[in-house]
Amino acid sequence: MMKKELVVSAIKNGTVIDHIPADKLFQVAKTLNLMNESSQVLLANNLDSQKIGKKGIIKCQDIYLQQSEINKIALVAPSATLISIRDYSVVEKINVGIPDYIEGTVKCFNPKCITNNENVLPKYNVIDKADLKLQCCYCQKITKKDTLTFL
Amino acid sequence: MILKNRNLISIADFSKDEYHHILKLAEGFENQPVSDIAKGKVVATLFFEPSTRTRLSFESAAARMGAALIGFSDASNSSTAKGESLADTIRTVSCYADIIVMRHPLEGAARLASDVATVPIINAGDGANQHPTQCMLDLYSILKTQGTLDNLNIALVGDLKYGRTVHSLVEAMCNYNTTFHLVSPLSLKLPSVVKMHIKEHQLVYHQYTDLLEAIEKADILYMTRVQRERFLDIQDYEKVKNAYILEKSMLKNSKPNLKVLHPLPRVNEISTDVDNTPQAYYFQQAQNGVYVRQALIAAILGLK
Repeated sequence: MMKKELVVSAIKNGTVIDHIPADKLFQVAKTLNLMNESSQVLLANNLDSQKIGKKGIIKCQDIYLQQSEINKIALVAPSATLISIRDYSVVEKINVGIPDYIEGTVKCFNPKCITNNENVLPKYNVIDKADLKLQCCYCQKITKKDTLTFL
Repeated sequence: MILKNRNLISIADFSKDEYHHILKLAEGFENQPVSDIAKGKVVATLFFEPSTRTRLSFESAAARMGAALIGFSDASNSSTAKGESLADTIRTVSCYADIIVMRHPLEGAARLASDVATVPIINAGDGANQHPTQCMLDLYSILKTQGTLDNLNIALVGDLKYGRTVHSLVEAMCNYNTTFHLVSPLSLKLPSVVKMHIKEHQLVYHQYTDLLEAIEKADILYMTRVQRERFLDIQDYEKVKNAYILEKSMLKNSKPNLKVLHPLPRVNEISTDVDNTPQAYYFQQAQNGVYVRQALIAAILGLK
């Protein structure tokens, strides 16, 4: 059997973010603030994917993501897969998906919302996952894809 | 029916049965408004934004039941002016009062207060978001004038975008097979999230820019003021402030049971020549606010 060649080198320890839609790769990198990381970060884009057509992939040496960062990826690229690597082996693989409820992560788009004026963590019910609509539990206004700003 | 110690932040916090319980209690207070059932209780009214009707009717409601009142009618008279957070103000007042009635200019403020308070919170208006006690008194006024809440045609007129009383009323009336007639300038249409609520209940709404067309179909004509304080740009306000003005002559083809409601204050959207017509009900509606607020305070404090 022919061995599959890796387009991007393997990492020893860290996180691989796979199945990022090609047009979301740089947004994910920006959202995670990877440009300011001192560790090795490998990016590749427009790779063929059976699952999503053209995909991007990010490999982060020695970086393991916090839940708040996973939530951000879920909102930008819900099709992404997160793979934790230790000593070149996969130790965990999760499909991020969009949760039903989000705490923190996103700024409410309503300037008159209490969460933008007092020290309080915004909370949202996700009322539409396909078209991404988050209803603020405080002001009830709906933050959509085009008004999404991360905290 | 257990309403004791419950918060009332949004009209959706209470069920249809709970609305009916409050309306029935309000009827009792209308028949016998003065008592001492709340003697020994302290009601705090925290008004971070100016209000006449809501604050005074809450204070009147509490006083008629014998409760003591503490609070402020302007945030500049509170520690907010010194930079205290809302959460800290609420935690502190929780130590002094048995129930807190609050109005705040920011949306979601009452929900935040309910997160940190150790006593029940009644939302008396949070920015353009919710005003559930106004909604309860609107329901009471509709029930009293129509004899039912079911199967009515309700025309909502004016600022349907920022008018929080409109949003709460639509939400509540979706429980009663209502047909909604929405009359507003294009820039002040009912928000899509509220329309979505109507659709979820498989109910019908019609949108108009002509007020007369809606008056003929209505059982209730709910007028609203275009609120200057809700506009970020004053020029946008100037464009729409005189969009709909109801005059006596416009009521001549109305249904015999039509009643005109308005949450007040009015500016010029109802001409004073309407005040003495049989259709005018807005001042009685304000009076009903006291009975409904007595009912809410009594139910939430668990008074017998």
